[in-house]
Formats: sequence, structure tokens, C-alpha cells
Amino acid sequence: MLYVVIIFLWTAILLYLLLGGADFGAGIIELFTSKKNKSITRKTLYSAIGPIWEANHMWLIIAIVILFVGFPVIYTTMSVNLHIPLTVMLLGIIARGTAFTFRHYDAVVDDMQNLYNPIFAWSSFITPLFLGIIAGSAVSGHIDPNANTFMEAYIFSWLHWFSVAVGLFTVSICGFLASVYLIGETDDEHDRLRFAHKAQFFNIAAVVCGILVFIASLIEHIPLIDWVFGNWVGHIAILSATLSLVWMWYLLYQGKTFLLRPLAGFQVTMILLTTTYRHFPNIVILKNGGYLSLLEHSGQEKTIYALGMALLLGSIFILPALFYLIYSFQKKEEVAH
Amino acid sequence: MDDIIAARSQMALSLGFHIVFSCIGMVMPFFMAVSHFYWLKTNNVVYKNVTKAWSKGVAIFFATGAVSGTVLSFELGLLWPEFMKHAGPIFGMPFSLEGTAFFIEAIALGFFLYGWDRFNKWFHWFTGVIVGVSGLASGILVVAANAWMNSPAGFDFVDGKYLNVDPIAAMFNDAWFSQALHMTVAAFVATGFAVAGVHALMILKGQNILFHTKSFTIAAIFGCVAALLQPLSGDISAKDVAKRQPAKLAAMEAHFHTEKSASLIVGGIPDEKNKRVDYAVKLPGFLSFLAHGDFKSEVKGLDSIPEENHPPVAITHYAFQIMVGMGMLMMLVSVLYFTALWKKKHWLTSRWLLKLFVTATPLGFIAVEAGWTVTEVGRQPWIINGIMRTADAVTPMPGIVYSFYIFSGVYISLAIIVIFMLYRQIKMVGKLYDLPAKK
Ligand code: HDD
Ligand code: HEM
Ligand code: HEM
Repeated sequence: MLYVVIIFLWTAILLYLLLGGADFGAGIIELFTSKKNKSITRKTLYSAIGPIWEANHMWLIIAIVILFVGFPVIYTTMSVNLHIPLTVMLLGIIARGTAFTFRHYDAVVDDMQNLYNPIFAWSSFITPLFLGIIAGSAVSGHIDPNANTFMEAYIFSWLHWFSVAVGLFTVSICGFLASVYLIGETDDEHDRLRFAHKAQFFNIAAVVCGILVFIASLIEHIPLIDWVFGNWVGHIAILSATLSLVWMWYLLYQGKTFLLRPLAGFQVTMILLTTTYRHFPNIVILKNGGYLSLLEHSGQEKTIYALGMALLLGSIFILPALFYLIYSFQKKEEVAH
Repeated sequence: MDDIIAARSQMALSLGFHIVFSCIGMVMPFFMAVSHFYWLKTNNVVYKNVTKAWSKGVAIFFATGAVSGTVLSFELGLLWPEFMKHAGPIFGMPFSLEGTAFFIEAIALGFFLYGWDRFNKWFHWFTGVIVGVSGLASGILVVAANAWMNSPAGFDFVDGKYLNVDPIAAMFNDAWFSQALHMTVAAFVATGFAVAGVHALMILKGQNILFHTKSFTIAAIFGCVAALLQPLSGDISAKDVAKRQPAKLAAMEAHFHTEKSASLIVGGIPDEKNKRVDYAVKLPGFLSFLAHGDFKSEVKGLDSIPEENHPPVAITHYAFQIMVGMGMLMMLVSVLYFTALWKKKHWLTSRWLLKLFVTATPLGFIAVEAGWTVTEVGRQPWIINGIMRTADAVTPMPGIVYSFYIFSGVYISLAIIVIFMLYRQIKMVGKLYDLPAKK
């Protein structure tokens, strides 16, 4: 059952990265869109993420609940040492969710939009940045359980090159996912081209940030290269991701939209797989060389069993409904209004 | 402000904020389901407009409820890591089931809000009902988690260790039923009165009378039925508290000395130093009756509990008085309203009844906030009743005050924006829904 729970945790994180990521990315794109195209981008964005953003957001809550029920030591260690980035991320989540809804549902469209729009766009940038920082810090070995000073315990645990680079990498991945997603959401040829350009832009940004992550890992003596390249899973994943990337660029040049989304999703899945596979089951690596392991720091057996059952039971209800939701809104049926 | 006070204030603020949105998120779907039902049945377009107008308001509340809830799930760890380390695996069961309930709710909401004219109309109606049912389910589950803090169960506490954890037993702890029942009814009372009050105000202003009368009636009936039931459920709660948390009951009642035929203290100013209550009205024997159903029985006072385990008496007592007071007022309004419905139809269109409802707009939510204050402050100094002290649970990180200030700022601005937006929604009713109906 422990493995069931772990698979759920991993899947929830992956889906949050993919779906929530595309969601964040939509805001990031808005940030990187020239003034004259902003309003059309916004329109596509509403119709694309409106019906599903609340559901996307749930993956994060599922991941958190799994952590605090099943792996309380991991949850509390991260909550204590990464208090500050977590708080910033939360503020980002509040600002984003409310700004998105407010601007959509405000009965009167006026100057208030000038308040909602930048809040939405900037918080879409900051939230994944800090998500990445948190993820980077967890594995970077900067969390020091024996820290004596405030700076050591609560600031240097997350403020270092590696995690910032991971944060930027996450942002560019989100932008990338969203552009690819939006290509399929618009009927306008001109728009499609714009989103295709955005996809290329964020793809290049992701590669650059990825290189930054590797450089930072070398500077800070984090064995990232070994995690990624030191085993056959890593080799296969990197190889297939690269191949699919080439394929995708080809499709983008051809102006095709077919298969773009699965390919982009596949690449991100591979990235998450390589970076987590090698140091599984340890998801928090501490400064003193210790680590917090999903296998060793889990709750008691009965808890894990109950949690696993709850998750399995939940998926029986949720997955079909979720697929039907996405399917219904994908079907570009004419709205009989 | 020291860190623990800051952490407690931040927790209280976040929960007090969230509860407003979650009550509305739980109850409004039912109001909408009713008007939606009438629209489908009678083809009277006013009902469709009411449903649509409400659903716009609800979307705003949902988003705010969802983000404030997300914040809470992190805050439990950010503020109370020591508590979560031990409690997480024990009381986590309702939270993991709640995840499912939220998810279904979010999915159903997607269908409902964006599904007008896209689906079979009854399927669409049904998704709205699902939103309400799963909302209620999540409310009940999270209250079961809170009930566990009042009435810990499902583990053995041996030498400071939490052994033989049984998450199912923890979920069905002694307090879960009375608390969940009381909370669910409270959500209907609070939302019903708030919504009815707003529409009553619009009727008084003479705007869109038809639209607002229909909305008012739906909300008022829900709210008033619940308000009549609430004291009954409150009585179950009080008997329950008397059994499992005598310290809380004593603080609620400012009952300092153990005695038989104890009197119920109404109002008054508790003097914690001299252990007496000034200027109070005393109803002899009634406290014994309230607590144990027998006018003669003995009720434990604070003197039977070691001083270091006393909850703050004044706050708990005032909060309890406020809750009960509001409950009585709303019960009165309900009695008048039902009299009007059955016997005195002409009251229904009279201004005084509407004015009464306008005045009662905030009462339900005041009672909800006061009730939670009773529950939470009355549990102090424990975070897990009798097992772990709040002071031992707080995060070691210094400077929580700043986080408290930041979150206060955020919540205050959010509250202002939400009110402002609601105001604009209501103002637009005339423009959007008053036109001669085009189907
Ligand atoms: C509309 C709101 C409302 C109204 C009118 C009342 N209550 Fe209440 N009360 C709540 C809303 C509430 C609440 C916010 O929902 C609480 C907080 C925790 C809980 O389970 O319910 C609560 C808690 C609560 C508790 C503490 C339960 C515990 O700690 O486990 C007691 C003893 C009562 N109530 C009793 C009453 C009585 C005797 C009322 C008589 C009129 C009453 N309440 C009206
Ligand atoms: C008595 C207290 C509470 C009640 C009755 C309650 C009820 C609800 C309800 C009905 C919702 C969904 C409706 C909406 O989104 O507006 C909701 C949302 C949420 N609540 Fe609470 N809640 C309470 C306290 C808490 C606590 C303590 C936590 C966290 C530990 C929490 C976590 C959440 C989360 C994560 C959501 C968002 C779910 C979503 O995205 O739809 N709630 N709550
Ligand atoms: C939504 C309704 C709720 C409100 C308004 C509320 C209110 C409060 C208040 C006023 C405090 C501070 C008490 C004090 O320090 O004197 C508090 C503390 C706390 N509450 Fe609640 N509460 C609610 C529901 C819940 C739920 C559902 C949970 C958890 C499942 C919860 C968990 C906590 C925790 C962990 C603390 C901090 C420790 C403590 O002070 O005991 N609360 N809450």
C-alpha cells in the first residue's frame, strides 16, 4: 500500500506540474505578450482555463494532504525550514486565483481590470518560481536541521543558486506547456502562429534555464549530473525526451497542431522522472548528509492503508468525471445560445 | 506580540475568513438547485435569472474559498509543525476523503458554471446538486477533524508516543456527530439569513421586485427552517461538551464553582481573579438541565480543574452569549416569518418584516464566528485536548508576527474587494435581468 500512496503522490505532483503548470503558464504568457495582443490572449485564456482551473488546482491539495497524512515528518520539516518560500507561494496562489476570478466575474468592466490584470500575470510568474525554489531546496542539501542562526535555518535553506535556477526552469516549463496548450485552443490562424512562437521561445528559455541548473549544481556540489545521467532510466528518458523535442519542433515548423500536447506532456514527465528516480525514496536531503525517505519516514501501517484506500476509492469517482469534464469542453461544439 | 499569540491570531484569522466562504460554498448550491428546479419545471424566466445571478456570486465566493482553504492546508504545517507531525497521520483520514469531496465539487462546479445550454438540462441541474452535496460532505469531514482535537481518539498515548494509530476510529470520535450536525445547520442559518437580508434590502429599495422576491423567499425559507432547528442541535452540542470537556463548558458558562442545581448565567462580566460574575441574570437549575438534562445534577466548575488548564473564561463566555443570543433572535424572526407564511399573508409584503430581515443579515455569520471562538478558545490551553499543549505545537521560526500582518492585510483587502464586487453584481441585476424575457 505504501507504494500505492507514493505513486499517487508522484502522479499528483506530475499532474499539478502539467495541468497547473499550463494554467500558470497562461498568466506568464500574458506577462510576455506585447500590449496590442494582450486582450486577444486573455480571451483565449478564459475559454481555455476557465472551466478547469479549480480542478487543476486540486492536485496540489491532494499532494499536500498525502504528505501530511502519510509522511508527516517530511511535511513538517519542509514547513519549518522552507516557511518563507512556502508563504510567498501561498500569497501567490491567493493573488492568482482571486484575480483570475474577479476579473472574469466582475459585473462591470472598467478600471478595476487594470488592478486585476497585473496581479494575475505577476502572481502567475511568482508562484511557479517559488514552487521550483521549494522543490530545488528540498533536494539540494541546504536544509540544516542543526542550524543555529535565523539565516542558516530559514533563509539559506532556500536562497541559493541551484534552487533559484530550478525556479526559473519551472517558470519556463509552465510557459512552454501553456503555449503548446493554447495552440490547440484557438481557431485563429494568426493567434496560432503567435502561440507557436511563444512555445519556441519558452522552449529555448527552458533549455537555457536547464543549463543554468546544471551549472548551479556544479557550483554547489549537488550530484545532479549523476542523478540524471548515472543510470539507464535517466539515459532512456533523456534520449526519448530529446527525440520528442526534435519531433515537436518539426511539427511546429510545419504548423501542425496534432500530437503537440502529448509530446510536450511527455517531455515534462520525462524530466520529472529523471530528476526523481535516482534519489527515490529520499525526497528531502539534509545538510548533514541525512535524508528524509518516503519509505522510512512514513506514518504507521494502518494510516498508510487507510490513506491508500481513500485515494483508490476517490479515483474511482474522480477520474471518470474529470475526463468527462475535459472531454466535454474539448469538444468544440457550437454553443446553442 | 509574541510568536505564539501571532500564530494563534493568524490561524484564527484564516479560519474565520475561510468559514464565511465555505458556508456559502456549502449552502448556495442548494438555493440555486431550488430556483433552477423551478425554472426547469415552470419555464418562468425569473427563476433562470435568479439561478444565473446567484451562480455568478457563487463563483466569486468559491474561488476565494478555494484559495483560503489551500492556505489553511499549508498553514497547519507552517504554524503548528509539532502538532501536525503527530496528529497528521491520526486525524488525516477525513482530510484525505475531503480531497475527494473537493475534487468532485470542483469538477461538478466546472460543469455547472460553464454548462448552460451545453448538456441535457437535468444533467446540468444534477451537477449543481452534486456541488452542494460534496460541499456539505467536505464541511462535515473537516469538522470531524476538528472534533478529534476536542475529543482525541484512535490511538494510545504512552510515554509521549502515539501508538496503535487507527485513523477510522479517530474520524468517528465522540464529538464528530454533534459538531458536524451543528455546523451544517449553522451554515444554512448563516447563509440563508445573509442572502435573504440582501434581497430584502433590494425589495425595500423597490428594485426588480419580482426577481428579489423570488430569491428572498428561497433563502428565507431555508434560513428560517434551519434557525428553528439550530437551538435543538445546540442543546445536543452542549450536553456533549459537558461530558467530554467540562472545562470548556465551565468557561462558556463562567461557572467557577462546582455545584448541584447549577444556575444558568446569562450575560454578566466574568471576573477571573475573584472567580465571580457581576451583573448577570441567573436562572437556577437551568445549567444542570442544559448540561445533563436534569435540574438537580451536579455541574463541574472551573475549581475542579487545575489552574494551568483553565481556558480563557471571559472570551469563551462572551462568545457563547453572543452565539446563543443571535440564535434566539433568528429563531424569533423565523417564527414571525412562518406565521406570515401560514396565517398572515399580508405580513409578507409589509415593510417591517423586510426591515427585520435586513437587520438580521449579519446575525448568522456573527453566530458562526462566535461559535467557533467558543469551540477553539474553550479548548485552550490544549491543541489536542488533554494530550498536547498549543504552546508546544507552535513553529520554532521567529517573526511570525510579520506573517500575521501580511496575511491580515491580504484578507482585509480580499474582503473589501469581494464586498465591492458583490455590490456591483447586485447593481447590475436591473440591467442584466430586467429586460423582457427572451428565452
Ligand atoms: C448560525 C450559527 C449558530 C447558532 C444560531 C448557534 N450556534 Fe452553536 N455553534 C455554531 C453556530 C451556531 C458553530 C459555529 O457552528 C459551532 C462552532 C463549532 C461547532 O461545531 O459549531 C458552534 C458551537 C457550539 C457549541 C460548542 C460545541 C463544541 O465545542 O463541540 C455549543 C455548546 C453550542 N454551539 C451551543 C449552541 C446553542 C445552545 C445555541 C442556541 C441557540 C447555538 N449554539 C446557536
Ligand atoms: C469548520 C471548518 C471548515 C469548513 C466547514 C470547511 C468547509 C469547506 C467547504 C465547504 C469548501 C468548499 C467550498 C468552497 O470552495 O467555497 C472548502 C474549501 C476548502 N477548505 Fe475548508 N472548511 C473548513 C476548514 C478548513 C480547514 C481547517 C482546512 C485545511 C486544513 C480546509 C481546507 C480547505 C481547502 C484546501 C479547500 C479548497 C478546496 C477547493 O479548491 O475546492 N478547510 N472548505
Ligand atoms: C472554520 C472554523 C474555525 C474557526 C473560526 C476557528 C477558530 C480558531 C481560533 C479563534 C483559534 C485560536 C484559539 C486560541 O488560540 O485561543 C483557533 C486555533 C486553532 N484551530 Fe481552529 N477554528 C475553526 C476550525 C478549525 C478546524 C476545522 C481545524 C482543524 C482541523 C482547526 C485547527 C486549529 C488549530 C490547529 C489551531 C491552533 C491551536 C490552538 O490554538 O489550539 N480549527 N481556531
